[in-house]
Amino acid sequence: METAFFLLFSALTIFCALMVILQKNPLASVLFLVMTLFWLAALFVLLSAPFIAAIQVIIYAGAIMVLFLFVLMLLNLKAIEEGVKPALKVTGVAVALILLVVAAVVLRSVPIPANTGFSRSAAELGSVESIGQMLFSVYLLPFEIASFLLLAGIIGAIVLAKKDRKP
Amino acid sequence: MLETIILLAKIWAVLLTLVSLAGLMTWVERKESAIMQDRLGANRADILGFRVIGLFQVMADGLKMFFKEDFVPPTGHRLLHTLGPILAFFPALVTFAVIPFGSTLYLGSLVIPLQIAQLNIGILYLLVFGSFSFYGVVLAGWSSNNKYSMLGGLRAAAQLISYEVCLGTSLVGILMIYGTLQLNVIVDHQNQLLFGFLPAWGIFLQPLGFLLFLPAAMAETKRVPFDLPEGESEIIGYYTEYSGLKFGLFYFAEFMEILVVSALIATLFFGGYHLPWLYEEGFHFPWGGAWDLPNVVVAMIRLATFFVKIAFFAWLQVLIRWTLPRFRYDQMMRLCWKGILPLAVLNILVTGLILLLVNR
Repeated sequence: METAFFLLFSALTIFCALMVILQKNPLASVLFLVMTLFWLAALFVLLSAPFIAAIQVIIYAGAIMVLFLFVLMLLNLKAIEEGVKPALKVTGVAVALILLVVAAVVLRSVPIPANTGFSRSAAELGSVESIGQMLFSVYLLPFEIASFLLLAGIIGAIVLAKKDRKP
Repeated sequence: MLETIILLAKIWAVLLTLVSLAGLMTWVERKESAIMQDRLGANRADILGFRVIGLFQVMADGLKMFFKEDFVPPTGHRLLHTLGPILAFFPALVTFAVIPFGSTLYLGSLVIPLQIAQLNIGILYLLVFGSFSFYGVVLAGWSSNNKYSMLGGLRAAAQLISYEVCLGTSLVGILMIYGTLQLNVIVDHQNQLLFGFLPAWGIFLQPLGFLLFLPAAMAETKRVPFDLPEGESEIIGYYTEYSGLKFGLFYFAEFMEILVVSALIATLFFGGYHLPWLYEEGFHFPWGGAWDLPNVVVAMIRLATFFVKIAFFAWLQVLIRWTLPRFRYDQMMRLCWKGILPLAVLNILVTGLILLLVNR
């Protein structure tokens, strides 16, 4: 049962991810990206990490992709005409291949520990409670630094938006 | 096997109840507006002379939408135009999965929790699908290829995103007090007593949280006084280019959202399915009386209590809708970002401080 769902969700994720780059209409690309993120979230649920799945959808589909959609709709971009430079195509494929090789090498070289040191089951580990405990004990410093980064981003956005206005 | 059947039966029962209640809500809306405007209202639809206080109006509305022409603007995007109402309707349908509508039922050896999915992430699940309703309205506005629809869609998008922030922050206080995201645990916490007689409902522990949650949740339903995305009477909005059942889906989704919001208010702030002083074994009154009841009766009373609460808050929303005029756009935005949001943050700080002092 779980394998069947895994295969279904992975197939859908890969299909949607391919459609993101194969579509000519930028709006369709964005919508397929939203769907890709949604199916990824479904995979997280299968991995018993419901919190990450929920946050994935809320942040990406609910906030970031909304921004993409906004910009595309306001600019009202036309579908890209045929005639992308051949050199650009070759470079794109080459870069993608290099990235694939690098990712494969890195993933192969990192040893996956058999015992991660956690005595709890996967379902407990993925719960909101345990993620909260980890964030506020072991990973407190990275968590706080990330929140400072976000705060700086928010203040920066407000400053940029108010640039033209005289005080 | 038996568990799957019970689960499917629960899903079927909840969906059927929800859709029927939403249909009934269109009648409540008509009647309430008629009462408030001193009209008779919704009394023309009849079958063989029977009118049944206008209830046939619901069927007449449905039939009308079925037989209307389904028109897609020739310059619009056909697929997205169809997808829009579906995406607007879908979140309202699925959010009821995490709302507990009754306590656990014990039938012989069977233990049936009256809630479709007891998720660890509970409220987050609601916010996940809340963020999906955005796509429905925006795609509807864009795919109509009409400037007014497009502007309406953008207004809707800005409103939904802004008020989702307020909705999330106004709920944090409740989550801090009950220490969980799971709605069934939150509901069970609310059956305890404060000072020996007052039920520990969210409204008594988080009065400010409730006052902030109510307008934020009402803004998410996009109805008066927050109906700037559509504004049927004068400013044109995102579903102008819709007809027939596609329009019907938008219309129906609105009423489903009212029910979801009422269920959420009842669950988070008014004790969910709990009746004060009613426990698993029966009533225990604070003045020292007791009345033992079998489990099935208690479960039925709780189910009924939940329905009465939903009905009350749905009616309250219709009442507010017919009482208030519409906000201006800048007033609406100011209310969210400069009114609700700072107060919600203050609420979080004060709640944290009190929790720290109480638990020390």
